Amino acid sequence: MRDKTQTEPPEAEAIDSPNTREPLYAPRKKVFPKRISGNFRSFKWLVMAISLAIYYLTPWLRWDRGPFAPDQAVLIDLANRRFYFFFIEIWPQEFYYVAGLLVMAGIGLFLITSTVGRAWCGYTCPQTVWVDLFLVVERAIEGDRNARIKLDAGSWTARKLVLRVSRHAIWLAIAAATGGAWIFYFADAPSLIDEVFAGTAAPVAYITIGVLTATTYTFGGLMREQVCTYMCPWPRIQAAMLDENSLTVTYNDWRGEPRSRHAKKALAAGQPVGDCVDCNACVAVCPMGIDIRDGQQLECITCALCIDACDGVMNKLGKERGLISYATLSDYNANMAAATAGGACSVNPSLVRTDGSAFSNRLAHFHVRKIFRPRTFVYMSAWSAVGLALLYSLLTRDRLEVNVLHDRNPQFVTLSDGSIRNGYTVKLLNMIPEPRTIVVTMQGLADAEMSVVGIDMPADRSLSVPVEPDRLKMLKIFVSQPAEQINAQAQTFKFRVEDKASFESDEYTATFNAPEIVR
Amino acid sequence: MSGEHIDEVSDVSTTGHEWDGIKELNNPLPRWWVITFYVTIVWAIGYTIAYPAWPMLSSATRGVLVYSSRNDVKNELAAAEVAKGKYVAALQAKTVSEIAADDVLRGFAIAAGGAAFKVNCVQCHGSGAQGSKGFPNLNDDDWLWGGKAEQIQQTITHGIRFASDSDTRLSEMPAFGDIITPEQIRQVSAYVSSLSGAVGDQALVIPGANVFAENCAACHGDKAKGNTELGAPDLTDAIWLYGAGETAIAAQVRAPKQGVMPAWGGRLGEVTVKELAVYVHSLGGGE
Repeated sequence: MRDKTQTEPPEAEAIDSPNTREPLYAPRKKVFPKRISGNFRSFKWLVMAISLAIYYLTPWLRWDRGPFAPDQAVLIDLANRRFYFFFIEIWPQEFYYVAGLLVMAGIGLFLITSTVGRAWCGYTCPQTVWVDLFLVVERAIEGDRNARIKLDAGSWTARKLVLRVSRHAIWLAIAAATGGAWIFYFADAPSLIDEVFAGTAAPVAYITIGVLTATTYTFGGLMREQVCTYMCPWPRIQAAMLDENSLTVTYNDWRGEPRSRHAKKALAAGQPVGDCVDCNACVAVCPMGIDIRDGQQLECITCALCIDACDGVMNKLGKERGLISYATLSDYNANMAAATAGGACSVNPSLVRTDGSAFSNRLAHFHVRKIFRPRTFVYMSAWSAVGLALLYSLLTRDRLEVNVLHDRNPQFVTLSDGSIRNGYTVKLLNMIPEPRTIVVTMQGLADAEMSVVGIDMPADRSLSVPVEPDRLKMLKIFVSQPAEQINAQAQTFKFRVEDKASFESDEYTATFNAPEIVR
Repeated sequence: MSGEHIDEVSDVSTTGHEWDGIKELNNPLPRWWVITFYVTIVWAIGYTIAYPAWPMLSSATRGVLVYSSRNDVKNELAAAEVAKGKYVAALQAKTVSEIAADDVLRGFAIAAGGAAFKVNCVQCHGSGAQGSKGFPNLNDDDWLWGGKAEQIQQTITHGIRFASDSDTRLSEMPAFGDIITPEQIRQVSAYVSSLSGAVGDQALVIPGANVFAENCAACHGDKAKGNTELGAPDLTDAIWLYGAGETAIAAQVRAPKQGVMPAWGGRLGEVTVKELAVYVHSLGGGE
């Protein structure tokens, strides 16, 4: 008999207990990139210096445009709706030049990506450049990878506090300088910098500095690789630009595998051994926190620092450099086929080497020829076509224009002597930074008269109008024609504007409307 | 629950939901996403405290910043008034001819007058000031009461035949249907029509000249050129307020229609009337 005081334990366990509970979110796994030196690192330092110099110094370049225009070489004058770029001045209606440049930038990106992979991401993207800059600060203050890991894991001591505070303070200073440099593109830099520090600049200047300081600090200092991995659409788009002939950072497992930390022991045991000694140097330097040996992946920004790291190790071991290298997928596949005997076995390094040491000469290597293929020609010609079209348009564009709006309400007016009058709003655009005298002439409609509101007209249907530099002058012009001369409901004639000094001119073909039945 | 479902391929636990054999992976969200989500909640709460948000019975909470878009508009309008101040003062001080002669003031007055016209005048004169039958076209060069800027100002200020303004423009053409015979009306209509070039029946036109001289010339003038002092229209030009042709003229002789325009001086104020006068003067027919 069972003891009634005892109950049988039901099969149950707590669903929600500290042991089984899953976190609501995945914490970021911190990345501590190790410092490395090498060819690609040197190249990246150079690119970083150039791009930062361009960004910070451009607004301070001067360009003399005479007394009627600003002397800043690059200026986006939003208040006056003018954009100055060295010798080019763009009015809002010429914004297609900017659109054209953006199209060129897009196609250029396709071209670069299809040849050398994600070079934009790895070298020139502002996110990459600023993260690199922030990492320099981080290493200078907290030390290299191991010191930083130790500091991060350690408890909060006075030293840790000092280091952390100074790191974030310098980051914030860099971020503020970044935001601060941005506003100089939109106003005269030398006077704006005085105003900014005197506290008299426009609120939008401080708001811009604040927003850009926050984004630079957050993206470059705090979020880093997460921006590329989670937020940026570029990696997704660029992946579509790559093909089997694009250079990407590649772990050449056809010579690296089987990787082994105990190569000698394995060799002694008669096992095949690849070049990879599994030292993890490539992982330690990666700013994205990935292992390139897992193959091409979305997170890889192809900064090539793992190439530098691996080449250093290969040098020390006396092996050929290039275990990790820029390689195309087609070369990689060919070599992989060689190393696996066409997929018949797993990677066997002896298959790619002759008598166990030097590489077989059957191995595929990248050749510059591969850059020139139909795809890149298409990109190149599209890029050049847009560029040449822009250049042609820029060199032949008019700096004197006339726009005419025909009055539509009323379309025509009958005057007391029976003649018909039409009204026109004529806009003269003087698009150079110098005052000009523009002659407006009416051509056609031989018997018509022309009059201008507010101006005493000379009799010969032509008048000279002074137009301020870089400004538009609006005239209200009336044209009247005797009824007996009107032979059609709509007749055309021309407004011709001319600068007698530069011989520039423009014309507008206008319509003169009359009622159906003219008495 | 008998425990977690683990997806074989990804090694990730699933939510237990299944559709046609497809299970939903239970991947945790990234921390930054979750933090952003919480920040938006905090932001939303702060927003409802700072700005008008919660609906009450008759209005809504006003928020600690006491923001209101109506106040914004009020402030912007006040700022615009201040910005206009110096022009308005100049308009106040100068005559309409002086304003029309000054490039800057003319531009300001035409813009302001155009806006006032759209509100107050288009109902009769049309949106392009083109008028219609019985309502004068202000674009042309034919003026019943004079086309100089000052005369236009006077007309706008005091109106036409506007009973409650003692300075209003006043004239009244008698109904000649009670004074002269229908035959004489036909004759004078033929004569008047011929003045602006129409070829009429000479049997009517010649006696019509006499009828005109006896009855009409007093106001319209010997040569029928009209008189702006009396608002008597020029009968020799191409513009007919109540229609061209003998029939229309005869109707107007028999029982004339007479338009009324309100006095705007009291309603719009001196400056706006000046702006309107300059605007109308600039439409192309100003003298």
